[in-house]
Amino acid sequence: MLRVIVRRLLQLVVTLIALTALIFVWLRNLPGGPVDALLGDRATPERRELLIKALGYDQPILVQYGKFMQRMLTGDFGNSIRTGDPVLEVLGRAFPATVELALAAMVIAVGLGIPLGYLAARHRGRTLDNLTIGGTLLGISIPIFFLGYLLKDVFTQNIHWFPPSGRVSTGLDNTNVTGFFVLDGLLTREFDATADALWHLILPAVTLATIPLAVIVRITRASVLDVLNEDYVRTAEAKGLRHSTIRARHVLRNGLLPVVTTIGLQTGALLAGAVLTEKVYNWGGLGTLITDSITGSRDYPVLQALILVAALVFIVVNLLVDLSYAVIDPRVRVR
Amino acid sequence: MQARGLRSAIAVAAVAVMAAGAAGCAASDRDEGGEGSAAGGTFIFAGAGDPKNFDPIFNDDGESFRPVRQMFETLVTHKPGTAEVVGGLAESWEHDATGKVWTFKLRKNVKFHDGTAFNAAAVCYNFDRWYNMKGAAAQSQMLYYQDVFGGFATNEAETAGKSIYDKCEAKDEGTAVVSLNTYKGAFPGAFALTSLSIASPDALKKFDADKVTQNGDSFEYSAFANTNPVGTGPFTFGGWDKAKNEITLNRYADYWGDKAKVDKVIIKIIKDENTRKQELRAGTVQGIDFPAPSDRKALETEGFQVLNRPAFNILYMGINQKNNPKLADLRVRQALAYALNREQLVQTKAPGGSSVASQFMPDTVLGYAPDAQKYEYSPDKAKQLLKEAGAEGMTLNFYYPPDVSRPYMPSPQEIFTVLANDLQAVGLKVNGVSRPWNGGFKDDVQQFGKHDLHILGWTGDYNDPGNFVGTFFGRPKPEFGDEKMTDMFAAITAADATVDEAGKKAAWEQVNRDIASKWLPAIPVWHAPPAIVVTKDVKGLVASPLTAEEFNTVTVSAS
Repeated sequence: MLRVIVRRLLQLVVTLIALTALIFVWLRNLPGGPVDALLGDRATPERRELLIKALGYDQPILVQYGKFMQRMLTGDFGNSIRTGDPVLEVLGRAFPATVELALAAMVIAVGLGIPLGYLAARHRGRTLDNLTIGGTLLGISIPIFFLGYLLKDVFTQNIHWFPPSGRVSTGLDNTNVTGFFVLDGLLTREFDATADALWHLILPAVTLATIPLAVIVRITRASVLDVLNEDYVRTAEAKGLRHSTIRARHVLRNGLLPVVTTIGLQTGALLAGAVLTEKVYNWGGLGTLITDSITGSRDYPVLQALILVAALVFIVVNLLVDLSYAVIDPRVRVR
Repeated sequence: MQARGLRSAIAVAAVAVMAAGAAGCAASDRDEGGEGSAAGGTFIFAGAGDPKNFDPIFNDDGESFRPVRQMFETLVTHKPGTAEVVGGLAESWEHDATGKVWTFKLRKNVKFHDGTAFNAAAVCYNFDRWYNMKGAAAQSQMLYYQDVFGGFATNEAETAGKSIYDKCEAKDEGTAVVSLNTYKGAFPGAFALTSLSIASPDALKKFDADKVTQNGDSFEYSAFANTNPVGTGPFTFGGWDKAKNEITLNRYADYWGDKAKVDKVIIKIIKDENTRKQELRAGTVQGIDFPAPSDRKALETEGFQVLNRPAFNILYMGINQKNNPKLADLRVRQALAYALNREQLVQTKAPGGSSVASQFMPDTVLGYAPDAQKYEYSPDKAKQLLKEAGAEGMTLNFYYPPDVSRPYMPSPQEIFTVLANDLQAVGLKVNGVSRPWNGGFKDDVQQFGKHDLHILGWTGDYNDPGNFVGTFFGRPKPEFGDEKMTDMFAAITAADATVDEAGKKAAWEQVNRDIASKWLPAIPVWHAPPAIVVTKDVKGLVASPLTAEEFNTVTVSAS
């Protein structure tokens, strides 16, 4: 087990180094650049020249990359071109926002997905099953931004149940401890703030949860159906075991293996989905940061760090999924 | 055992989902209850982007200027709702016969937010600070300062010019004298630039305002710029919560002028245009900027106040004479002007209240020539001129940016389509080239001059013809491929250097006449008033042509 973890961590380091080089070269070959963004409508050749020199963009790309790596290894990711804030501070603000959103979406997706998939399998071919399958098809095919705007239109413009955007009400005087607003409210006993944050969280989380929910329902259903047909289930039934025992010990446990993999993969996909969801809901997380950094200002330092973090999260989540396999299925542990 | 763990995990997840739902219902009930009571003292305005920071001298964009303008003031300013220059922190001002020495009589009993006195020494401290600023990081970011003063005591850029700033003297508490090396037509208008706001010398020193350092690809600003801006304006800095995207400004109780009517202004940063509109409709913000022209009517019908700012901008169709030798022929450029049905374009694609432009500046700017040649829509004349010049059927590469929206150019793609149709109607072939604004368009057009035609524009910074015509045609630019038009550059330089008011007016009028008839380096298209939208309970907001609205006159009644 330890060897597996060490090998995976080594892979992670190599992947990250390759990624930094790739991102670095790619970003610097995009048309337009931070110089134009910084100068705005008032760019003159002299100003461009001064800035290009000041920022070191006139040096060979290898030299630039070397300097970047040197700084990065000391934990210095530089400052955002757009705001001048240290990149780690910028990421530190955006990270909790996205994690909070992704967690809420995952809670919805897993919390509803597994029971629904299980029930659909148990009632195979009946109305509940058909409805569930139809619903998941819709969930998978509907574009996130469309769903986001649709939900917003219905629930914030027509029926005023939810706020249109943001993480908390404007002007709310809440204390920021961890950056997770729902949690902060609980920690500081400002329960109003927690309620406010949850109230803002619902629509974006539902939007973001749609695809993973649909996927989880389908995988659970298929997997449970497979298991229900297995000989050992039939044997258990023949032995006269209680239904609840069979469900918990045999069907759910074995049926959940592929579901766990899916959850891991979907967690990675959530980050991608967050780009659109966050844009629609002005969420201020990593997704918003990515779009802002690419479209507005070519914010190289932020983009570099962001892509690294995203890759890191993806790799770590996959590692955790593999490890959780070992927990759920002892056969994996033996290998 | 493991299965039990899983089961409880699922149970926890389910409970969490239900709890979230319940809390949502509770919160929405609460909202319908009584949010109104809090609205009386706070004006919430939706900004479209992050400010850079709050040190005026390092900023040059509208999103930074919006909060900066509420906290800082300039020596001279603009009469609300117009571009007319009036007294600001200086009650009156005058220049000597050479136009080089400017004497400001300062307002009395003005205090900075930190309690220190505003006086002539403070004014000079600011002017000297700008002039003596060192470091590539700082100098490369002081765009307006360089525009106006040309350079620094020690320039970091080899190509930068000599500064026209000489010195500033505090004659007495209430009199500051700013001396320049040469006269420049931009003054006094340029003294009203938000970038040249007067900050508290004490705070500038205390919070290391000059310390702009470079870190990797970027710049790090001082504590003054980020967290401790101190000016004399009607609002003080309350904070910028970056996790919530909110800037808070508080009423300054000791303000010398009309004290703010609201206790607090919150600028909520919402980058998506659609979301800004939804927040306005949901009543969570009371104002938004730059609505899409197509939304204006709907918003008005819904009961919002759509305030049109007097147009202080220009959209033009640029011509690059370099790549296509035919375009260097005046007859061809005139043919293009005759070919465009600008009247119809204004009626179909421009925001309400727009007008066809015949010159490269609005008629409220000194030096506008009412009798300058106008090119009425005439495809026949266009065809005839093209024939005379032997340019019939030529192909033109027409560059436009599909992905931006500017106050003077809300939908570039649509504008391009109409203009291209007009040109094709007179037999020209148009090859449309769409390039992202910051990913090709500006480089290709302004730096490399790859195009034949393009659309672009400008919003004025202050009331001076040099800020419009001088910016476009005062010197050769790749954008227009016009280096041979030396007569034009000389005439503009001469007009800009004329001190006497009447002579200055006459000189600029002549420049505008000649641009229209003799030079025609580009074709003016329209002046479009950008709008600002507020809810119906907002009173006292005066829309400014320079988009320099001040929020101290605003009241928000809970309706």
